[in-house]
Amino acid sequence: MGSKTPLYQAHVDAEARIVDFGGWDMPLNYGSQLDEHAAVREAAGMFDVSHMTIVEIKGSEAKPYLQYLLANDVAKLQESGKALYTGMLHEDGGVIDDLIVYYLNDAHYRVVVNAATREKDLAWLENVAQQFDVSVEERSDLAIIAVQGPEAIEKAQATFSDEQKAAVSELKPFMAAYAGDLFVARTGYTGEDGYEILVPDNKAIELWNALINAGVKPCGLAARDTLRLEAGMNLYGHDMDETVSPLEANMGWTIAWEPEGRDFVGRKALTEQKANGVARKLIGLVLDGKGIMREGQEVVLNDEVVGVVTSGTMSPTTGKSIAMARVQRSVDAEDVLVQVRKKQIPAKVVKPSFVRKGKSLI
Amino acid sequence: MSQIPAELKYVSSHEWIRDEGDGIVTVGITEHAQELLGDVVFVEAPEVDSEVDVEDEIAVVESVKAASDIYAPLAGTITEVNEELEDSPELINSDPYGDGWMFKMKIDSGDLDSLLSAEQYAEEIADE
Repeated sequence: MGSKTPLYQAHVDAEARIVDFGGWDMPLNYGSQLDEHAAVREAAGMFDVSHMTIVEIKGSEAKPYLQYLLANDVAKLQESGKALYTGMLHEDGGVIDDLIVYYLNDAHYRVVVNAATREKDLAWLENVAQQFDVSVEERSDLAIIAVQGPEAIEKAQATFSDEQKAAVSELKPFMAAYAGDLFVARTGYTGEDGYEILVPDNKAIELWNALINAGVKPCGLAARDTLRLEAGMNLYGHDMDETVSPLEANMGWTIAWEPEGRDFVGRKALTEQKANGVARKLIGLVLDGKGIMREGQEVVLNDEVVGVVTSGTMSPTTGKSIAMARVQRSVDAEDVLVQVRKKQIPAKVVKPSFVRKGKSLI
Repeated sequence: MSQIPAELKYVSSHEWIRDEGDGIVTVGITEHAQELLGDVVFVEAPEVDSEVDVEDEIAVVESVKAASDIYAPLAGTITEVNEELEDSPELINSDPYGDGWMFKMKIDSGDLDSLLSAEQYAEEIADE
Protein backbone atom coordinates (compact mmCIF):
# COMPACT_ATOMS: atom_id res chain seq x y z
CA MET A 1 0.00 0.00 0.00
CA GLY A 2 1.29 3.39 -0.94
CA SER A 3 0.87 6.78 0.66
CA LYS A 4 -2.54 8.34 0.27
CA THR A 5 -3.44 11.96 -0.32
CA PRO A 6 -6.26 13.62 1.66
CA LEU A 7 -8.39 13.16 -1.49
CA TYR A 8 -7.86 9.41 -1.78
CA GLN A 9 -11.35 8.49 -0.61
CA ALA A 10 -12.91 10.90 -3.10
CA HIS A 11 -11.04 9.11 -5.91
CA VAL A 12 -12.19 5.69 -4.72
CA ASP A 13 -15.78 6.93 -4.42
CA ALA A 14 -15.58 8.20 -8.01
CA GLU A 15 -14.39 4.74 -9.12
CA ALA A 16 -10.99 5.98 -10.22
CA ARG A 17 -8.49 3.46 -11.42
CA ILE A 18 -5.77 3.75 -8.77
CA VAL A 19 -2.12 3.10 -9.60
CA ASP A 20 1.17 3.37 -7.77
CA PHE A 21 2.95 6.61 -8.62
CA GLY A 22 6.30 7.02 -6.88
CA GLY A 23 4.96 5.31 -3.77
CA TRP A 24 1.60 7.12 -3.84
CA ASP A 25 -1.78 5.55 -4.62
CA MET A 26 -3.00 7.97 -7.26
CA PRO A 27 -5.90 8.06 -9.75
CA LEU A 28 -4.81 7.15 -13.29
CA ASN A 29 -8.23 7.95 -14.73
CA TYR A 30 -11.89 8.00 -13.77
CA GLY A 31 -13.04 5.99 -16.78
CA SER A 32 -11.68 7.67 -19.89
CA GLN A 33 -8.46 9.65 -20.01
CA LEU A 34 -9.51 10.98 -23.42
CA ASP A 35 -12.66 12.53 -21.95
CA GLU A 36 -10.60 14.00 -19.11
CA HIS A 37 -8.03 15.39 -21.54
CA ALA A 38 -10.81 17.00 -23.60
CA ALA A 39 -12.40 18.51 -20.49
CA VAL A 40 -9.18 20.41 -19.73
CA ARG A 41 -8.74 21.59 -23.33
CA GLU A 42 -12.38 22.63 -23.76
CA ALA A 43 -13.78 23.53 -20.33
CA ALA A 44 -12.26 22.71 -16.93
CA GLY A 45 -10.69 19.69 -15.29
CA MET A 46 -8.88 19.17 -12.01
CA PHE A 47 -6.08 17.02 -10.70
CA ASP A 48 -5.14 15.92 -7.23
CA VAL A 49 -1.44 16.74 -7.08
CA SER A 50 -1.17 16.56 -3.31
CA HIS A 51 1.61 14.01 -3.70
CA MET A 52 3.91 16.85 -4.67
CA THR A 53 6.05 18.13 -1.83
CA ILE A 54 5.63 21.64 -0.42
CA VAL A 55 8.61 23.05 1.44
CA GLU A 56 8.77 26.31 3.38
CA ILE A 57 12.14 28.06 3.29
CA LYS A 58 12.34 30.56 6.13
CA GLY A 59 15.02 32.62 7.80
CA SER A 60 17.15 35.70 7.44
CA GLU A 61 19.28 34.05 4.72
CA ALA A 62 16.40 32.50 2.76
CA LYS A 63 17.17 34.65 -0.26
CA PRO A 64 20.95 34.08 -0.48
CA TYR A 65 20.33 30.38 0.20
CA LEU A 66 17.95 30.02 -2.77
CA GLN A 67 20.20 32.20 -4.93
CA TYR A 68 22.95 29.66 -4.31
CA LEU A 69 20.71 26.56 -4.47
CA LEU A 70 18.84 27.29 -7.71
CA ALA A 71 19.94 27.99 -11.29
CA ASN A 72 17.32 30.67 -11.74
CA ASP A 73 17.65 33.77 -9.59
CA VAL A 74 15.04 34.38 -6.90
CA ALA A 75 16.17 38.00 -6.82
CA LYS A 76 13.86 38.39 -9.84
CA LEU A 77 10.97 37.85 -7.43
CA GLN A 78 10.08 41.28 -6.03
CA GLU A 79 6.34 41.08 -5.53
CA SER A 80 4.82 38.84 -2.87
CA GLY A 81 3.21 35.80 -4.52
CA LYS A 82 5.40 35.86 -7.62
CA ALA A 83 6.52 32.44 -8.84
CA LEU A 84 9.63 31.23 -10.68
CA TYR A 85 10.35 27.98 -12.53
CA THR A 86 13.86 26.67 -12.08
CA GLY A 87 16.15 23.69 -12.02
CA MET A 88 17.97 22.58 -8.88
CA LEU A 89 21.32 21.30 -10.08
CA HIS A 90 24.29 19.20 -9.03
CA GLU A 91 27.80 20.63 -9.12
CA ASP A 92 28.23 18.87 -12.49
CA GLY A 93 25.15 20.62 -13.87
CA GLY A 94 22.80 17.59 -13.86
CA VAL A 95 19.20 18.32 -12.87
CA ILE A 96 18.32 17.09 -9.36
CA ASP A 97 14.77 18.31 -9.88
CA ASP A 98 12.73 21.03 -11.53
CA LEU A 99 10.53 23.08 -9.25
CA ILE A 100 8.49 26.20 -8.69
CA VAL A 101 9.47 28.68 -6.00
CA TYR A 102 6.99 31.25 -4.69
CA TYR A 103 8.20 34.45 -3.07
CA LEU A 104 6.33 35.58 0.02
CA ASN A 105 8.95 37.87 1.55
CA ASP A 106 12.74 38.00 1.80
CA ALA A 107 12.63 35.65 4.79
CA HIS A 108 9.99 33.27 3.44
CA TYR A 109 9.79 31.37 0.17
CA ARG A 110 7.64 28.37 -0.66
CA VAL A 111 8.99 25.64 -2.92
CA VAL A 112 7.01 22.85 -4.62
CA VAL A 113 9.00 19.83 -5.81
CA ASN A 114 8.11 16.59 -7.55
CA ALA A 115 6.67 13.61 -5.70
CA ALA A 116 8.99 10.88 -6.93
CA THR A 117 12.07 12.91 -6.00
CA ARG A 118 10.90 13.95 -2.52
CA GLU A 119 13.55 12.25 -0.42
CA LYS A 120 16.60 13.21 -2.43
CA ASP A 121 15.24 16.76 -2.83
CA LEU A 122 14.73 17.19 0.91
CA ALA A 123 18.19 15.76 1.60
CA TRP A 124 19.74 18.18 -0.89
CA LEU A 125 17.78 21.16 0.45
CA GLU A 126 18.90 20.30 4.00
CA ASN A 127 22.47 19.70 2.93
CA VAL A 128 22.89 23.07 1.23
CA ALA A 129 20.96 24.77 4.06
CA GLN A 130 23.72 23.95 6.53
CA GLN A 131 25.75 26.85 5.15
CA PHE A 132 22.93 29.36 5.68
CA ASP A 133 20.69 30.70 8.41
CA VAL A 134 17.51 29.08 7.09
CA SER A 135 15.00 26.45 8.06
CA VAL A 136 13.67 23.88 5.61
CA GLU A 137 10.25 22.68 6.66
CA GLU A 138 8.09 20.19 4.74
CA ARG A 139 4.36 20.94 4.77
CA SER A 140 2.44 17.69 4.98
CA ASP A 141 -0.74 19.42 6.16
CA LEU A 142 -1.68 20.81 2.76
CA ALA A 143 -3.32 19.24 -0.28
CA ILE A 144 -2.93 20.63 -3.81
CA ILE A 145 -5.71 20.72 -6.40
CA ALA A 146 -4.81 21.89 -9.93
CA VAL A 147 -7.84 23.31 -11.78
CA GLN A 148 -7.03 23.75 -15.47
CA GLY A 149 -8.81 24.74 -18.67
CA PRO A 150 -10.36 27.74 -20.44
CA GLU A 151 -13.21 27.82 -17.88
CA ALA A 152 -11.04 26.83 -14.90
CA ILE A 153 -10.74 30.27 -13.32
CA GLU A 154 -14.42 31.10 -13.64
CA LYS A 155 -15.52 27.73 -12.29
CA ALA A 156 -13.01 27.72 -9.44
CA GLN A 157 -14.02 31.24 -8.42
CA ALA A 158 -17.63 30.05 -8.24
CA THR A 159 -16.59 27.98 -5.21
CA PHE A 160 -14.92 30.95 -3.46
CA SER A 161 -16.38 33.39 -0.95
CA ASP A 162 -16.56 37.06 -1.91
CA GLU A 163 -13.41 37.75 0.12
CA GLN A 164 -11.57 34.92 -1.61
CA LYS A 165 -12.71 36.11 -5.02
CA ALA A 166 -11.46 39.61 -4.23
CA ALA A 167 -8.10 38.19 -3.16
CA VAL A 168 -7.55 36.43 -6.51
CA SER A 169 -9.41 38.75 -8.90
CA GLU A 170 -6.24 40.57 -10.03
CA LEU A 171 -4.03 37.49 -10.02
CA LYS A 172 -1.77 37.48 -13.08
CA PRO A 173 -0.17 34.36 -14.59
CA PHE A 174 2.64 32.97 -12.44
CA MET A 175 1.37 34.84 -9.40
CA ALA A 176 -0.13 33.47 -6.20
CA ALA A 177 -2.10 34.92 -3.30
CA TYR A 178 -3.61 33.86 -0.02
CA ALA A 179 -7.40 33.64 -0.21
CA GLY A 180 -8.68 32.84 3.27
CA ASP A 181 -7.16 29.49 4.16
CA LEU A 182 -6.33 28.78 0.51
CA PHE A 183 -3.11 29.65 -1.30
CA VAL A 184 -4.11 30.14 -4.93
CA ALA A 185 -1.46 30.20 -7.68
CA ARG A 186 -2.14 30.97 -11.32
CA THR A 187 0.22 28.25 -12.49
CA GLY A 188 -0.24 24.86 -14.12
CA TYR A 189 1.12 22.04 -16.19
CA THR A 190 -1.30 21.65 -19.10
CA GLY A 191 -0.81 24.63 -21.42
CA GLU A 192 -4.15 26.05 -20.26
CA ASP A 193 -5.06 28.82 -17.85
CA GLY A 194 -5.97 27.82 -14.32
CA TYR A 195 -5.07 27.65 -10.66
CA GLU A 196 -3.03 25.41 -8.45
CA ILE A 197 -4.77 25.63 -5.09
CA LEU A 198 -3.08 24.74 -1.82
CA VAL A 199 -5.77 23.82 0.71
CA PRO A 200 -5.60 22.54 4.32
CA ASP A 201 -5.86 18.76 4.06
CA ASN A 202 -8.98 18.56 6.25
CA LYS A 203 -10.78 20.85 3.78
CA ALA A 204 -9.54 19.23 0.60
CA ILE A 205 -12.51 16.94 -0.02
CA GLU A 206 -14.94 19.79 0.62
CA LEU A 207 -13.19 21.95 -2.01
CA TRP A 208 -12.94 19.00 -4.43
CA ASN A 209 -16.67 18.36 -4.18
CA ALA A 210 -17.48 22.05 -4.53
CA LEU A 211 -15.41 22.14 -7.71
CA ILE A 212 -17.27 19.10 -9.06
CA ASN A 213 -20.55 20.90 -8.35
CA ALA A 214 -19.20 23.93 -10.22
CA GLY A 215 -18.68 21.73 -13.29
CA VAL A 216 -15.00 20.86 -12.99
CA LYS A 217 -14.24 17.31 -14.14
CA PRO A 218 -11.91 15.12 -12.05
CA CYS A 219 -8.93 14.04 -14.17
CA GLY A 220 -6.26 11.45 -13.54
CA LEU A 221 -2.51 11.35 -14.00
CA ALA A 222 -2.89 9.75 -17.45
CA ALA A 223 -4.60 12.85 -18.85
CA ARG A 224 -2.12 15.06 -17.00
CA ASP A 225 0.68 13.36 -18.92
CA THR A 226 -0.87 13.77 -22.39
CA LEU A 227 -1.76 17.40 -21.59
CA ARG A 228 1.72 18.34 -20.40
CA LEU A 229 3.35 16.62 -23.34
CA GLU A 230 1.10 18.46 -25.81
CA ALA A 231 2.13 21.66 -24.03
CA GLY A 232 5.79 20.67 -24.45
CA MET A 233 6.49 20.65 -20.73
CA ASN A 234 9.29 18.49 -19.40
CA LEU A 235 8.64 15.63 -17.01
CA TYR A 236 11.37 14.90 -14.51
CA GLY A 237 12.88 11.44 -14.86
CA HIS A 238 11.86 11.30 -18.52
CA ASP A 239 12.85 14.48 -20.36
CA MET A 240 15.60 15.38 -17.93
CA ASP A 241 17.31 13.98 -14.87
CA GLU A 242 20.65 14.03 -13.07
CA THR A 243 22.48 12.88 -16.22
CA VAL A 244 21.13 15.74 -18.30
CA SER A 245 22.19 19.37 -18.38
CA PRO A 246 19.41 21.96 -18.44
CA LEU A 247 21.11 23.22 -21.61
CA GLU A 248 20.22 19.88 -23.21
CA ALA A 249 16.61 19.94 -22.00
CA ASN A 250 15.31 23.29 -23.31
CA MET A 251 15.76 24.72 -19.83
CA GLY A 252 18.40 27.24 -20.85
CA TRP A 253 15.88 30.05 -20.26
CA THR A 254 15.65 29.03 -16.59
CA ILE A 255 19.34 29.70 -15.97
CA ALA A 256 20.03 33.22 -14.72
CA TRP A 257 23.58 33.98 -15.92
CA GLU A 258 23.34 37.59 -14.73
CA PRO A 259 24.54 38.94 -12.41
CA GLU A 260 27.86 37.25 -13.09
CA GLY A 261 28.78 37.57 -9.44
CA ARG A 262 26.05 35.19 -8.29
CA ASP A 263 27.53 31.79 -7.61
CA PHE A 264 25.08 28.90 -7.72
CA VAL A 265 25.42 25.14 -7.57
CA GLY A 266 26.34 23.94 -11.07
CA ARG A 267 27.34 27.35 -12.42
CA LYS A 268 30.93 26.38 -13.15
CA ALA A 269 29.90 23.24 -15.05
CA LEU A 270 27.22 25.09 -17.02
CA THR A 271 29.60 27.89 -17.93
CA GLU A 272 32.03 25.36 -19.38
CA GLN A 273 29.24 23.57 -21.21
CA LYS A 274 28.02 26.83 -22.65
CA ALA A 275 31.51 27.68 -23.89
CA ASN A 276 32.16 24.24 -25.38
CA GLY A 277 28.63 23.41 -26.47
CA VAL A 278 26.60 20.53 -25.09
CA ALA A 279 26.39 17.20 -26.87
CA ARG A 280 22.64 16.85 -27.13
CA LYS A 281 19.41 18.79 -27.50
CA LEU A 282 15.72 18.15 -26.94
CA ILE A 283 13.49 18.27 -30.02
CA GLY A 284 9.82 17.72 -30.74
CA LEU A 285 8.62 15.04 -33.16
CA VAL A 286 5.33 14.55 -34.98
CA LEU A 287 4.83 11.14 -36.56
CA ASP A 288 3.79 11.16 -40.23
CA GLY A 289 2.70 7.54 -40.46
CA LYS A 290 0.52 5.37 -38.30
CA GLY A 291 1.78 4.22 -34.95
CA ILE A 292 2.60 5.76 -31.61
CA MET A 293 5.99 6.95 -30.41
CA ARG A 294 6.96 5.84 -26.91
CA GLU A 295 9.72 6.66 -24.48
CA GLY A 296 12.90 4.71 -25.20
CA GLN A 297 12.41 4.33 -28.95
CA GLU A 298 15.41 5.16 -31.12
CA VAL A 299 15.64 8.16 -33.42
CA VAL A 300 17.39 7.25 -36.68
CA LEU A 301 18.97 9.50 -39.31
CA ASN A 302 20.95 8.21 -42.31
CA ASP A 303 20.90 4.68 -40.86
CA GLU A 304 22.47 5.91 -37.65
CA VAL A 305 20.89 6.07 -34.21
CA VAL A 306 21.11 9.77 -33.29
CA GLY A 307 18.91 9.90 -30.21
CA VAL A 308 16.08 8.53 -28.14
CA VAL A 309 12.46 9.42 -27.45
CA THR A 310 12.14 10.77 -23.89
CA SER A 311 8.33 11.12 -23.86
CA GLY A 312 5.88 9.95 -26.51
CA THR A 313 2.16 9.52 -26.82
CA MET A 314 -0.87 9.87 -29.03
CA SER A 315 -1.93 13.49 -28.75
CA PRO A 316 -5.69 13.51 -28.16
CA THR A 317 -6.06 17.13 -29.30
CA THR A 318 -4.26 16.73 -32.65
CA GLY A 319 -4.95 13.04 -33.26
CA LYS A 320 -1.27 12.52 -34.07
CA SER A 321 1.54 10.83 -32.26
CA ILE A 322 3.85 13.43 -30.70
CA ALA A 323 7.08 13.05 -28.80
CA MET A 324 10.06 14.74 -27.27
CA ALA A 325 13.41 13.23 -28.11
CA ARG A 326 16.97 13.89 -27.02
CA VAL A 327 19.24 13.83 -30.06
CA GLN A 328 22.80 14.75 -30.96
CA ARG A 329 23.12 18.51 -31.17
CA SER A 330 24.38 18.24 -34.76
CA VAL A 331 21.03 16.84 -35.95
CA ASP A 332 19.68 19.51 -38.25
CA ALA A 333 17.22 17.49 -40.35
CA GLU A 334 13.58 18.40 -40.89
CA ASP A 335 12.64 14.72 -40.88
CA VAL A 336 13.97 11.71 -39.02
CA LEU A 337 12.90 8.11 -38.60
CA VAL A 338 11.66 6.68 -35.32
CA GLN A 339 11.96 2.98 -34.61
CA VAL A 340 8.36 2.33 -33.58
CA ARG A 341 8.36 -1.31 -32.59
CA LYS A 342 9.40 -3.24 -35.70
CA LYS A 343 9.10 -0.39 -38.19
CA GLN A 344 10.97 2.81 -38.90
CA ILE A 345 8.39 5.55 -39.38
CA PRO A 346 9.10 9.10 -40.63
CA ALA A 347 8.61 11.92 -38.14
CA LYS A 348 8.77 15.70 -38.59
CA VAL A 349 11.09 17.66 -36.35
CA VAL A 350 9.27 20.54 -34.64
CA LYS A 351 9.65 22.81 -31.64
CA PRO A 352 8.56 20.74 -28.65
CA SER A 353 5.34 22.66 -28.12
CA PHE A 354 2.39 21.01 -29.78
CA VAL A 355 -0.79 22.57 -28.34
CA ARG A 356 -1.33 25.94 -26.66
CA LYS A 357 -4.63 27.20 -25.25
CA GLY A 358 -6.55 24.39 -26.92
CA LYS A 359 -5.09 25.04 -30.40
CA SER A 360 -2.84 22.71 -32.35
CA LEU A 361 0.55 24.21 -33.26
CA ILE A 362 1.58 21.37 -35.58
CA MET B 1 -16.49 -7.70 -12.72
CA SER B 2 -16.02 -7.68 -16.47
CA GLN B 3 -18.00 -9.92 -18.80
CA ILE B 4 -16.59 -13.28 -19.84
CA PRO B 5 -19.08 -14.88 -22.25
CA ALA B 6 -19.44 -18.61 -21.53
CA GLU B 7 -19.60 -19.65 -25.19
CA LEU B 8 -16.12 -18.32 -26.03
CA LYS B 9 -12.65 -19.80 -25.49
CA TYR B 10 -9.72 -17.82 -24.04
CA VAL B 11 -5.97 -17.69 -23.66
CA SER B 12 -4.23 -16.24 -20.65
CA SER B 13 -2.78 -13.37 -22.71
CA HIS B 14 -6.39 -12.05 -22.80
CA GLU B 15 -7.48 -12.95 -26.33
CA TRP B 16 -10.91 -14.54 -26.83
CA ILE B 17 -11.64 -17.10 -29.57
CA ARG B 18 -15.01 -17.86 -31.15
CA ASP B 19 -15.46 -21.10 -33.12
CA GLU B 20 -17.20 -20.20 -36.40
CA GLY B 21 -17.14 -23.80 -37.72
CA ASP B 22 -15.17 -25.21 -40.67
CA GLY B 23 -11.91 -24.56 -38.86
CA ILE B 24 -12.45 -20.77 -38.81
CA VAL B 25 -12.17 -18.81 -35.57
CA THR B 26 -12.69 -15.13 -34.74
CA VAL B 27 -10.26 -13.51 -32.29
CA GLY B 28 -10.48 -10.37 -30.19
CA ILE B 29 -9.36 -9.14 -26.78
CA THR B 30 -11.42 -9.55 -23.64
CA GLU B 31 -13.35 -6.88 -21.82
CA HIS B 32 -10.89 -7.26 -18.96
CA ALA B 33 -7.98 -6.61 -21.36
CA GLN B 34 -9.52 -3.45 -22.81
CA GLU B 35 -10.22 -2.20 -19.28
CA LEU B 36 -6.55 -2.63 -18.42
CA LEU B 37 -5.49 -0.84 -21.60
CA GLY B 38 -7.83 2.13 -21.31
CA ASP B 39 -8.76 4.19 -24.37
CA VAL B 40 -7.58 2.31 -27.47
CA VAL B 41 -6.30 4.69 -30.13
CA PHE B 42 -4.50 2.51 -32.64
CA VAL B 43 -4.63 -1.08 -33.85
CA GLU B 44 -2.00 -2.70 -36.02
CA ALA B 45 -3.73 -5.68 -37.64
CA PRO B 46 -2.04 -8.88 -38.82
CA GLU B 47 -1.55 -9.41 -42.57
CA VAL B 48 -4.26 -11.37 -44.33
CA ASP B 49 -2.94 -14.69 -45.69
CA SER B 50 0.00 -14.69 -43.30
CA GLU B 51 0.75 -17.99 -41.61
CA VAL B 52 1.14 -17.74 -37.88
CA ASP B 53 2.30 -20.06 -35.16
CA VAL B 54 0.78 -20.32 -31.74
CA GLU B 55 1.93 -17.46 -29.46
CA ASP B 56 3.44 -15.45 -32.33
CA GLU B 57 3.18 -11.69 -31.82
CA ILE B 58 0.93 -10.82 -34.75
CA ALA B 59 -0.83 -7.56 -33.91
CA VAL B 60 -0.64 -4.57 -31.60
CA VAL B 61 -3.31 -2.71 -29.68
CA GLU B 62 -2.20 0.72 -28.48
CA SER B 63 -3.94 2.81 -25.88
CA VAL B 64 -2.94 6.41 -25.21
CA LYS B 65 -0.44 5.24 -22.64
CA ALA B 66 0.81 1.83 -23.71
CA ALA B 67 1.21 -0.69 -26.48
CA SER B 68 0.12 -4.26 -26.03
CA ASP B 69 1.06 -7.24 -28.20
CA ILE B 70 -1.60 -9.56 -29.48
CA TYR B 71 -0.61 -13.20 -29.80
CA ALA B 72 -1.90 -15.89 -32.15
CA PRO B 73 -3.94 -18.19 -29.91
CA LEU B 74 -3.46 -21.12 -32.31
CA ALA B 75 -1.44 -21.96 -35.40
CA GLY B 76 -3.06 -21.22 -38.75
CA THR B 77 -3.59 -18.65 -41.49
CA ILE B 78 -5.12 -15.19 -41.11
CA THR B 79 -8.17 -15.00 -43.36
CA GLU B 80 -9.69 -11.61 -42.55
CA VAL B 81 -9.03 -8.56 -40.38
CA ASN B 82 -11.55 -6.11 -38.96
CA GLU B 83 -10.98 -3.04 -41.13
CA GLU B 84 -13.39 -0.98 -39.06
CA LEU B 85 -10.72 -0.81 -36.39
CA GLU B 86 -8.48 1.27 -38.61
CA ASP B 87 -10.79 4.28 -38.30
CA SER B 88 -12.56 3.30 -35.10
CA PRO B 89 -10.11 1.57 -32.76
CA GLU B 90 -12.36 2.57 -29.85
CA LEU B 91 -14.72 -0.28 -30.86
CA ILE B 92 -12.36 -2.46 -28.85
CA ASN B 93 -13.38 -0.50 -25.76
CA SER B 94 -17.07 -0.19 -26.52
CA ASP B 95 -17.79 -3.68 -27.88
CA PRO B 96 -14.83 -6.02 -27.31
CA TYR B 97 -16.78 -9.21 -28.05
CA GLY B 98 -18.79 -7.79 -30.98
CA ASP B 99 -17.81 -4.96 -33.34
CA GLY B 100 -14.38 -4.82 -31.73
CA TRP B 101 -13.30 -8.25 -33.03
CA MET B 102 -9.76 -8.18 -34.44
CA PHE B 103 -9.21 -10.94 -36.98
CA LYS B 104 -10.36 -14.32 -38.26
CA MET B 105 -8.07 -17.23 -38.93
CA LYS B 106 -8.25 -20.76 -40.30
CA ILE B 107 -6.64 -22.98 -37.73
CA ASP B 108 -4.35 -25.87 -38.61
CA SER B 109 -5.98 -28.38 -36.33
CA GLY B 110 -9.46 -28.34 -34.92
CA ASP B 111 -8.18 -28.56 -31.39
CA LEU B 112 -9.93 -25.76 -29.57
CA ASP B 113 -9.99 -27.86 -26.42
CA SER B 114 -6.45 -26.77 -25.54
CA LEU B 115 -7.81 -23.26 -24.89
CA LEU B 116 -9.21 -21.95 -21.62
CA SER B 117 -12.91 -22.11 -20.85
CA ALA B 118 -14.65 -18.96 -19.59
CA GLU B 119 -14.46 -20.36 -16.08
CA GLN B 120 -10.74 -21.09 -16.31
CA TYR B 121 -10.04 -17.63 -17.74
CA ALA B 122 -12.05 -16.03 -14.93
CA GLU B 123 -9.87 -17.87 -12.44
CA GLU B 124 -6.70 -16.68 -14.20
CA ILE B 125 -7.62 -13.01 -14.09
CA ALA B 126 -8.86 -13.28 -10.51
CA ASP B 127 -5.26 -14.07 -9.53
CA GLU B 128 -3.81 -10.98 -11.26
